Amino acid sequence: MLKQYETVFIATPVLSDAQMKEAVAKYTSLIKDNGGEIVSEEDWGLKQLAYPIQHKTSGFYYLIEFKATPEFVATLETQYHRDERILRYLTVALDKDAVAYAEHRRQVRAGKAAAPKAEAEPVKEEAEVVEPVENQEA
Amino acid sequence: MAENSEIRYLNPPTVEVRKKKYCRFKKAGIKYVDYKDAEFLKKFLNEQGKILPRRITGTSLKFQRKVAQAVKRARSLALLPYVTDLLK
Repeated sequence: MLKQYETVFIATPVLSDAQMKEAVAKYTSLIKDNGGEIVSEEDWGLKQLAYPIQHKTSGFYYLIEFKATPEFVATLETQYHRDERILRYLTVALDKDAVAYAEHRRQVRAGKAAAPKAEAEPVKEEAEVVEPVENQEA
Repeated sequence: MAENSEIRYLNPPTVEVRKKKYCRFKKAGIKYVDYKDAEFLKKFLNEQGKILPRRITGTSLKFQRKVAQAVKRARSLALLPYVTDLLK
């Protein structure tokens, strides 16, 4: 019984493009080799960290959405833990709302990639729909 | 005396009309709070990066829990700071 998961890891900024690709390939193949399947991948590129981790102020973010058995998650996280290139990782299980959201997000991103000039718009539909609540006390 | 018991105001008394707070998730029909969207989560934080209480944001309990979870995930991924000043 496969369950849907999503994992984000932060790799050190000292990696070259090729090394980063290799790291990504390692984890995608790890998922596939353990009977999982990749749903989607997202490269966020080099991002500034909100606080320093291991004296680094930036890192390569990479998101993988995949289906796997629940037992596999522990294997994946052990691999992350042993990998010196990885600063941080987070794996979360996706419930049905999250899966729907992830699909929607993918479509929005695909639409944005097709029309790159529309970058002035907010990233997600959530941000557009919601108007800020006024809070005087805050 | 009976006529005088009625209180008269020179100016109509101004009653402060507070806008009713609402849960933005219920109103917009959002079901999943995404930890990856740090800009959106910042609406639920104060300047020090602390999570705002429900009494200020008006979020329903169900979604306050989800927001809190999402903020904590975002913090661990360094998308949001744990402590800061002048977040906004």
